[in-house]
Amino acid sequence: MWSYIVRRLLLGIPTLLGVTLIVFSLLHLAPGDPINAMLPPDAPQEVVEMIKEQMGFNKPLPVQYWRWLKRVAVGDLGNSIATRRPVLDDMREALGNTFILALSAAVLGFTLGVTLGTTAAFYQGRWLDKLASATAITGVSLPHYWVGILLIIVFSVELNWLPAMGMRSTIGESSLRDVARHMVLPTIALSLIPMGVIMRMARASVLEILSQEFVMTLRAKGLWSRTVTRHIVKNAAPPVLTLMGLQFGYLLGGSVLVETVFSWPGSGFLLNLSIFQRDIPVLQGVILVLAAFFVILNLFVDILHSVIDPRIRRT
Amino acid sequence: MVETTLDATTPDLLEGPAGKPMSYWQLVWWRLRQDKVTLAAAGVILLIVLSAVLAPYIAPYDPFQGSIRKRLAYIGTPGHFLGTDEQGRDMLTRLLYGGRMSLVAGVTPVFIALLAGSSLGILAGFLGGRVNMLIMRIMDIFYAFPSVLLAIAISGALGAGLGNTIIALSIVFTPPITRMAESVTTQVRAWEFMEAARASGAGTLAIIRHHMIANVLAPIFVYATTLVSVSVILASGLSFLGLGVSPPNAEWGLMLNTLRQSIYVNTWVPALPGVMIFLTSMAFNLLSDGLRDAMDVRL
Repeated sequence: MWSYIVRRLLLGIPTLLGVTLIVFSLLHLAPGDPINAMLPPDAPQEVVEMIKEQMGFNKPLPVQYWRWLKRVAVGDLGNSIATRRPVLDDMREALGNTFILALSAAVLGFTLGVTLGTTAAFYQGRWLDKLASATAITGVSLPHYWVGILLIIVFSVELNWLPAMGMRSTIGESSLRDVARHMVLPTIALSLIPMGVIMRMARASVLEILSQEFVMTLRAKGLWSRTVTRHIVKNAAPPVLTLMGLQFGYLLGGSVLVETVFSWPGSGFLLNLSIFQRDIPVLQGVILVLAAFFVILNLFVDILHSVIDPRIRRT
Repeated sequence: MVETTLDATTPDLLEGPAGKPMSYWQLVWWRLRQDKVTLAAAGVILLIVLSAVLAPYIAPYDPFQGSIRKRLAYIGTPGHFLGTDEQGRDMLTRLLYGGRMSLVAGVTPVFIALLAGSSLGILAGFLGGRVNMLIMRIMDIFYAFPSVLLAIAISGALGAGLGNTIIALSIVFTPPITRMAESVTTQVRAWEFMEAARASGAGTLAIIRHHMIANVLAPIFVYATTLVSVSVILASGLSFLGLGVSPPNAEWGLMLNTLRQSIYVNTWVPALPGVMIFLTSMAFNLLSDGLRDAMDVRL
């Protein structure tokens, strides 16, 4: 058990290093000299040279990478070009906002997905199954940013029930209820893809277990169907759980579009802002933190998986 | 993974017409013809592609010519069946033209990734050892990013533009195709009939031609088609964020973004470009599902 965990943790290190390498190279992917992104075009030559010296841009790339990596390792992601504040300070609140939105979308999407998927499997081939499968494929085919706009059109413009943008009302006291009202529409828009993906996986894995002989044996032994269901759920759960971990990571990293539609002050919104201000340190910071989180999440899911299903550890 | 045993749950579809011996591709074609949903999806895709290609001939107006007096006309306005946009340009015309860039930006990356990913994956699977290790570990690194995030990161760093969207999405889709190709190749290589073919003196080329095409390329191809729908949504999403083509070009994602400000003036016209993105991605999803069943591939 422990040897598996240690092995898995060690495997995470090269991946994390690779992530930093990609994030570092983002700055150099940007067209032109990275220095141009930081200074106005009419900056005097001496200033350009000074900044270059300061930032280490006159050193060879591997040296630059190493210096950057050393700073990142101690949690220094540099300063934002736009706000001059440390990137980490700008990100802290945004990450928290993204997290609560992703969490509520995950809860909604996973609950619907598992319910629909399991129901579909038990009613395989009948109209309930067909309806659930159609819902799932529609869920993954819908552009969620468009669904966001549709939700705004229906519930904010036409019905005027729910707020269309932001996280808190500008007037009046900010209360938990106020934030919750702002969360409803983005949560629905974000939950569609995890709902569809989890539904398909839950259906497939429940079907696979249902076709196995031990289920038939249990039934033949005259066991009450709820007991059989418990066995089925226990066996079908691991692949679904793994996928849930992945999907939660996608929600955290992929909410940029929905956050933009609803002006939700999260990390995706910050990322979008940094792209248009050409604020590369913020761009790098947001992506690095989200990707690192995704790697750690995957690690956690793998380890959890091995706890539930000991067969994994042998491979 | 290619399942050679017949799936017991759907014997009617898998056996083919009774008593008639058929080749693999004849059987695939026969199964496709029975599948109404897939045929309909293919029809929708054909229609969307044709309307995009023929846009200059069938569109009623000039896509760039607007009129201040006719801004944001409602759906059903005489002369403008689907209304007009925020600059008074005909929506139907813009939607027809918009398909060109949206389809190019959505389909091209999957095609590039299919070429790059299957070459890398088959190479890794065939050679094994260090080459495999090297290629697959590099691909693992890309797996550390959620795909939307990676696409936005790359095209955000590269800057806006159709070319950059295609580059970013090609990079996003190469690792999953590589992984699929590698795992299929490794499996097929270990099968006994490969050993048998080699033992009976078949050369590498003959083995590739007879055994690899159906057993390796078919699953990779089916898998790639499942990515097209994601790619269409992502490509339009990038231009929705302003990272794709620049105005005044017609592109569904961009149109959705510029019209978004007008929902308080004309509620439903701004939703139209999204309908096109949805229809396209849904049709590709259904088509890839149908192909998977017809080609009897388990992913």
